[in-house]
Order: sequence, then C-alpha cells, then structure tokens
Amino acid sequence: MSAREQVLARVRSALGADPEVPSVPRDYRPAGDHLPGAAELVELLEDRLRDYRAGVRRASREAVPQAVAAALAEHGSPSVVVPPGLPADWVPGAVVDDPPLDVQALDRTGAVVTACAVAIAETGTLVLDGSPDQGRRAVTLVPDLHVCVVPVGQIVGTVPEALARLDPLRPLTFVSGPSATSDIELERVEGVHGPRRLEVVVVED
Amino acid sequence: MTTVHLGMPLVRAPRGVGMLREQEPFPAAARRALADPQLRANIRRATGTIRDKRQRMVDEVPDWEQLRDAGSALKAATMARLPELLVQLEEQVTARGGTVHWARDAHEANRIVTSLVQATGADEVVKVKSMATVEIGLNQALEAAGIAAWETDLAELIVQLGRDRPSHILVPAIHRNRAEIREIFRREMPGLGTEVPADLSDVPAELAALSRRHLRAKFLSARVAVSGANFAVAETGTLAVVESEGNGRMCLTLPQTLITVMGIEKLVPTWRDLEVFLQLLPRSSTGERMNPYTSTWTGVTPGDGPQELHLVLLDNGRSATLADEVGRSALHCIRCSACLNVCPVYERTGGHAYGSVYPGPIGAVLSPQLTGVQDNASLPYASSLCGACFDACPVKIDIPRLLVELRAQHVEARAEEHPVPSAEAVAMAAAAWTMARSKRWVRAQRASRIGRLLARRSGRLPALPFPLARWTSSRELPVPPEETFRDWWARERG
Ligand code: SF4
Repeated sequence: MSAREQVLARVRSALGADPEVPSVPRDYRPAGDHLPGAAELVELLEDRLRDYRAGVRRASREAVPQAVAAALAEHGSPSVVVPPGLPADWVPGAVVDDPPLDVQALDRTGAVVTACAVAIAETGTLVLDGSPDQGRRAVTLVPDLHVCVVPVGQIVGTVPEALARLDPLRPLTFVSGPSATSDIELERVEGVHGPRRLEVVVVED
Repeated sequence: MTTVHLGMPLVRAPRGVGMLREQEPFPAAARRALADPQLRANIRRATGTIRDKRQRMVDEVPDWEQLRDAGSALKAATMARLPELLVQLEEQVTARGGTVHWARDAHEANRIVTSLVQATGADEVVKVKSMATVEIGLNQALEAAGIAAWETDLAELIVQLGRDRPSHILVPAIHRNRAEIREIFRREMPGLGTEVPADLSDVPAELAALSRRHLRAKFLSARVAVSGANFAVAETGTLAVVESEGNGRMCLTLPQTLITVMGIEKLVPTWRDLEVFLQLLPRSSTGERMNPYTSTWTGVTPGDGPQELHLVLLDNGRSATLADEVGRSALHCIRCSACLNVCPVYERTGGHAYGSVYPGPIGAVLSPQLTGVQDNASLPYASSLCGACFDACPVKIDIPRLLVELRAQHVEARAEEHPVPSAEAVAMAAAAWTMARSKRWVRAQRASRIGRLLARRSGRLPALPFPLARWTSSRELPVPPEETFRDWWARERG
C-alpha cells in the first residue's frame, strides 16, 4: 500500500463509520460597529499602528506625494523601489520593479513604497495581496523601510471583514507593525529580518 | 479510553528518531530542573510576563468565548471529516502547481525531505521555526545526508548554536537569559563566518541585530527552504505561516524551492475558518492583537516567490491518536503555548523535563499519545490537574480530563503486566470513570460536599478515603464549594 493510501486508511479506521460532525456555532462578531472607512476605524487603526511603533500620517489624495516624501525623508532613505502599478507621480525618481530587480539590488535599496489591499483597524494590520500597486512579496520584504499608502475606504473593523474581502488564491502578507522579536527575555525588539521601519500614509477622500 | 479499532493497526511515532520521548522519567528530570535557580528564574519571569500580556489582550475581545466555541467546534468537525478534507487539500495544492507527499512516520518524512533537497542539488537549507520538523528530527537526518539546515528564528538559532533543546513551544530559548545568549553567539558565530564585535553587549536589540547580520547572506543566497504550517485550507489549498521576525517571509519568499512539513491535523475546511484562528492564535500565544507577519500562499504564483512547492503530510502517530475518541481532542491544539505559561508545574520545571518538543500541559497529553503511553509513562502525571490550562486554551481542550484518562490508560497497561492492581491504579480508574460521564461527575461533586463538612475545621481535606487515598496523600485537595457550579446554574438559570 502506498503511504497515501495507508495514512488515509488509518485515519478512516480511527474515525470509525460515520463519525458525528458537530455543527460550528458562528455567533462571534462577523463585523465591527462601523462601516469601512468610518472615522472611528481610522483612529483605531492609527492607535494600533502606533502601538506597534509604526509611523502614521494622514494626507489628502492630492498630498500623497508630499506625505510619502516626508515619510522617506524621516528615515533618510536615498534609494526607493516601487511596484509597477503604483501611481507614477507618488514617488518621483523611484526605481520601478519592472523588470524585477534581483535580490542583491533589492538589498541595496533603502525603501519601498506600496499601496495595500485591506487594513484591519482592531488589530492594526495591513494586508498586501500582490496586486500591481503592491508588487511581488520580495519587494516589500528586503528593503529596510516600508511606506504603505492606505486609502480610508480600505479600512475595515475586524478580521472576518478583511478575510471576506481577500482572494486566498493570491499570495497574501498580513503586516502588523515592523518585524519584531521577543525571543530574548521577552523584551520586544523591532526590526529583525523584515523591514525595520513601517510608515503608513492614510489617504482621506 | 474508548478506542475505536477496526482492523487497521494503530501505528505510533517510531522510536529512535526525533524528539517526542522522555529520556528519563519526568520526576527525575524535574528534580534536576528544580535544583537550577537560574533556569527557574528565567522561566518564571518569562511565563509571568506573557501571562499578563495575554490576559490584557484577551480581555479586549468582547466575543472571546464565542470565538473559543467556534474554534473548538471547527477543530472537532475537521477531525470528523479528515479523510475527505485531506484529499481535497491534496487536489487543490496539486491543481495550483504544488506537489503533495504523504509520510507515515518520521523516518519516511525525513527521507522525503532529504531526497527533495538532494534533487535540487543544494547542500544547505534555511528553516522557518517548525514543531513538526523538530518532532521528526529533520535537522539530524539532513545533516547525516550532508545537508546543513540553518534555523532562522532567533530562538531556534540560539537553541541550535547552543547545541541545546527547545524548552517552550513559542519561545524555545525561554530558559536562556541575555548573558547566556551573548556567550553562545560569541562562541559559535565566528566559526560560521560571522564577525562578532569584541565589545558585544547583552542588550537584546544588539543581539538581535547580530543575528540579522548573521542570517542576511544566507537568506539572499538560499535556494531551498523548509517550513512548517500553522494552517492549511482544504477548500483552496492555501497554507499559512504565522510569525514575528520576518525570517518566515524570507524563507517562504526568496528561495526557488519551498518544502512544507505539516501534521495531518493542521487542516481547516474553508478560507473563512481562518477568521476564527487568526483571532485566537496571536492573542493566546504572544499576547499581541496580531503577530507582525502572517503569510498565506496557494500553490505557485508565477513571478512571485518559490516556483517549486512541496507539501509533506505527516502522520507519525496522529492517526493512532485520532482513534481515541476522547484523546483525539489533543490534535485540536494550535500550538499557541498559553497552557504552558499558566501551568504551575511547567513554571517550576521548564520544558526540558518533559523530554519532548511538546512540553507543558499539552505535551503531557500529546506526546504519550503520539508515542504510546508506555514510552512517555510519567508525563500524564506531570500536572497538578489545577485546570488553568483548560481555561487558557483558545480551542478549549480539556487537558485535565485527558490527563486523568491517560493515567487510567497507563495503569491499565501496567496492570496487564502486574495482575494485582495498585492503589493508584484503582484510584485513577475511578477518577477517569467518574470524569467520563457528566452525571457521575455531578454525583461525585455532590457526594464530596460531605467531605466539605468533614473538612470545615481545618479548611482543607486531609485525604480521600481508600481507594483515592494514595492519590491525595501528597496533594492538598481543595474544599468543594458549598454549592457546585452546576447546582447554582440549575437554580439560577435552569
Ligand atoms: S493545548 Fe490549547 S493552550 Fe495549549 S498550546 Fe495547544 S491550543 Fe494552546
């Protein structure tokens, strides 16, 4: 018998004939109290992100380039990469990841600027789904600073609301603050292997 | 325990490989741990800190109990449908360009991974922290085949460089303090090509920065990565890894080939089900609203990430655990480690005393089930049955009840060798029998109120009458409340 058949046969016999399948109670909250983009959610997201020691600033749609420039300048990042689908005027002078840079080149790049797919206010989470304005995963991983632009309409309250909006067939990255470790005496240290800094620009319509 | 057994042999995790067995009985190992004040101080400080953080984060969630109920039911429903869901997962992963392998035990899983790595021509791999690969002893198997396996999680790196063993599910180096970690880095890193500054301090930020420098080159040049998975979605073939440091993203994204080793119990039926576990896991484990990074991937994405994906589905004693109608709930565990941090026994002994990669309360039930209780005979006794683990568990595994069942199973097995039952055997069998049916439990609780009357003067029960006497002679039995919770509930709400 192949390993596959044997494992499946063992599992079937372990369960016996017709094992009872319990029903799953779903009376947890499917959504929060506010509609996506509500002022309360924007504030909550900001608060959570700051708690993770991420930087947050707000900007009108027209002022996105200035806000991004300010976020980059704060960390003195000379070189910036952007995914091919990001609005061209957001980061003048950035290197576009098209054709894709190799990892060595990404490693020499100081910062990356992307959009995002969904943000979860209650947990302070940004989700990237690899769309053209967010790019492939390596682009938001190797540079040291990630600047993420989040239109308020993408901000939902809860995890269930976010998952309902996402396509599981895309590679997804849920980002909650910069990389961190607590492995040494549980003291939180930001910036281990991923980007060490996260800056978020919230775009108000 | 009630065992359904219809012809297929129960196959447990094999001996002589991996890390599931106690090397010496728990009491002996625990006694040694208790004699090490440094170790005890390190662990007490750490578990206390996580415990407080976790409580704050759990209190923040208004529907925590509803989420626990959903998580618990979801896991039970998944186990009941496991054969069908495993086949569905395989179909989905395959349809999206991945390859699925099945491993009956640790030896087979190690062979599969080794030959997959060899087929790429690589002689080293980067690894994301994974309990399953420690369980099967993968690093040792790869090393025997001339393949170097680099742990990239900071805690696993500390354990690996220290030639040590993990002592906690979430924070494997929890037993080490900063001074010890600095010494390990100073001693080991230069030989691996990483320069260590002469004035290296023991400030955690500095040590973390050194590990970043140490691993960066490895990440950028690695061609093969090995990971575990926290969850797999049958409906879509999606795999998920939950982490903090970004080393997970590095391994899951940069190499050309990704090999994921996953226990067959890690499934959830649908994408939507992750909404439950992604809320329960981070708050229960690190006491954060959300961990810094969660990655999900479904097959191969052209132009993004590894272009060759393998998934190794591991049995290694899980189907045998599943055969036990009561014991199978240990497979619901999402490895959050909350039960370790609230356990008074773990807090004093640390994880090494349990001898398994799964320490603490869940390890005390899971390890003996994966290996067979004879191979981990003392573990079911490594608990005070105080019940804190049950309250903390995000998927509501009734660990105290499982421990009592396992003790009964163990004494039964021993009774076959020694026909005259020991007092302990009788006591355990009685306790298991009582806890197994709620009516009996209610009756026993009522009966115990007589004990309360007897105990009124001293405030605690001196002991239980024979046959329970042996069991309680070394424990203080709490005085039963005047009214049991069940009676109160029946009066107030019934
Ligand atoms: S048994 Fe429960 S509390 Fe313990 S690690 Fe598993 S899920 Fe967490």
